Amino acid sequence: MTAMQIIFLITAVVTLFAAFRVVTTPNMIHAALWLIVALFGVAVFYLLLQASFLAMAQIIVYIGAIAILMMFVIMLTRREMRDRGPQTGSQWPWAAVLSALMFGGIVWMVNSTALPASPVADVPETSIADLGRALVNPNGFVIPFEVASVLLLAALIGAVFVAWTRRHS
Amino acid sequence: MGILSHPIAVIATWLRELFLGWGLSEGLTTVLLYLIGAGALATLVQVWVIFLIWFERKIIGRFQDRLGPNRVGPYGLLQPFADLIKIITKEVIIPRDADKAVYLLGPIIMDAGVLAIWAVIPLMPMVGMDVNVAALYTIAVGAFATLGILMSGWASNNKFAMLSAFRTVAQMIAYEVPTVLALLIPVMLAGTMSLQGIVEAQHVWYIVFAPLAFVIYFIASVAEVGRTPFDLLEAESEIVAGFHIEYSGMVFAIFYVGDFLHAFTIGALGAVLFLGGWRGPGAEAFPLLGLLYLWIKAFLVYFLVVWARGSLPRVRIDQMMNFSWKFLTPLALVLLVVVAVLDRFVVDLGLWGRALSHLMANVVIGWLVLRYLDHYDKVRESKRQMVAQPGQYPVARPPVPVETPTEAAS
Amino acid sequence: MIPINWYLIVAAALFAIGLFGVFSRKNAVAILMGVELMLNAVNINLLAFWRYRAPTEPTGMAFAVIVFAVAAAEVAVGLALFIAVYRRFNSVVADDINLMKW
Repeated sequence: MTAMQIIFLITAVVTLFAAFRVVTTPNMIHAALWLIVALFGVAVFYLLLQASFLAMAQIIVYIGAIAILMMFVIMLTRREMRDRGPQTGSQWPWAAVLSALMFGGIVWMVNSTALPASPVADVPETSIADLGRALVNPNGFVIPFEVASVLLLAALIGAVFVAWTRRHS
Repeated sequence: MGILSHPIAVIATWLRELFLGWGLSEGLTTVLLYLIGAGALATLVQVWVIFLIWFERKIIGRFQDRLGPNRVGPYGLLQPFADLIKIITKEVIIPRDADKAVYLLGPIIMDAGVLAIWAVIPLMPMVGMDVNVAALYTIAVGAFATLGILMSGWASNNKFAMLSAFRTVAQMIAYEVPTVLALLIPVMLAGTMSLQGIVEAQHVWYIVFAPLAFVIYFIASVAEVGRTPFDLLEAESEIVAGFHIEYSGMVFAIFYVGDFLHAFTIGALGAVLFLGGWRGPGAEAFPLLGLLYLWIKAFLVYFLVVWARGSLPRVRIDQMMNFSWKFLTPLALVLLVVVAVLDRFVVDLGLWGRALSHLMANVVIGWLVLRYLDHYDKVRESKRQMVAQPGQYPVARPPVPVETPTEAAS
Repeated sequence: MIPINWYLIVAAALFAIGLFGVFSRKNAVAILMGVELMLNAVNINLLAFWRYRAPTEPTGMAFAVIVFAVAAAEVAVGLALFIAVYRRFNSVVADDINLMKW
């Protein structure tokens, strides 16, 4: 058991437990906080995979923006007694069975394929600079990059428009 | 290796020998050394806050034409200790319907967010974690401070606290954008996101290259911390202490320490990014001198923060948001584009040529901004006019024809 | 060393938990949280394969960055919709929003 494996196991246990609490806790604010723990665990996974830029982007985008936005919306759309009742629908056993089947299927498929047990090469020093260059390279990923920018602009305008309330003067 | 030229390495080696002599394994020794290093840094930095509290109260007092604390100890130096004893012995009152776990976690997460920034600040040459995304990391852990405040505001079960928490999050998210954009300018000039790399690339301080970026970074960071003039979130006359209304005793002390430490941390970050960090005469040979230089520069920027606090009035929430989204963000974007394009052309002009051309560009942009602000002021003034009718108080409205009462009645 | 199977199994578990959340929760924001968990699981998968198969190319990281952007856009619009729905129906419970059911 090397140190990396111990860190991986601890992170995996924390992340999966937090994710489990996200989908089972009846209190919505607690669900949002457990989601933040789960997202932080995922950021630690990215660090273990040596994608440091993506780990920081995960914390800034998911935890710093998306999770906080979710907490805002939960606070704005609460009615007092609502998050005390049963939070799961009546067909949750079927959902559990389906999820377990899916998990089992993926695990079986993963174990029956020949996958590399250790990385093929090391991450080069300039990986972040390479990513930056690839995102603006015409032979690289400039089109998905620009389309994602347009998507974000559309989402921005759409969100403002949908949530806007007409002021009655 | 003498202790003066490699202080941390000598101490670390001595400790490692000690642990290995006790029979601990190699991996455990490494982990223990990391933990001791992190714990020592966090503790020392928080103990330093005690001195910061004294410093700030004295300076604010002098700005307000009074002496500041001078009873407890010589020059009031023991005043923070008296404050500390008072705050530790106060009762921690948790409101009845407050969410206990979230209530207690809020200040801890906020303080942790501030302390985590100290992990990447380059204190001395060749010391500290050389994280290759350190600049982005400081923004990421700033998000944790925001989260801590939101949690504590909500968990207090108090409408004022929640309102203040909403405003805090809006303000902090609004000012994150100019912070990141202004932060990108030293990153671009140095070619690396690592803070140690940025300090090593500053043969000429970056404040000479981009003074406007320093100004934007300073203003946006002061707003991130929640200091005057942006301290609407915790102002007593506005919102009765905001998100820390229901906190008293030790949990309030954690907020207090976090607030002061955050202000000093942005001083340290400003010093690292723009004022050359540990650079100075003799810093490479004697790293402790580098630490001293960094501390002096961080103190300078912290003095600017305290100066702003002692002199400026508070801004309203809508003025604050407009200032960020409609002024600072476009300005930071324009500056980023200009610096990027200009750097392409002048990169082979030698060090001082590059510095002076960037400085010229900043001065030109600054002058244009001031002209624009003048014009904007004139436009706003011309829409209001002081109109004094005979027999009426002067009111600010556009001139309208006056009807005599007899005509209006008939 | 950590074999890649471990990362894939953790990602699969996260995906299954997210799927369970989407299917069984009533509150609309909780369903969105399940979707976020699924997207994160996908990202872990992508980056694990990038690290173990082709770490010298930026393809995996670029893909993951685009997934970030799309997830952020989707959450923003989704939450705006929830606020609009709350104004109309005074609740965000998925069962109560049934005007178009026959």
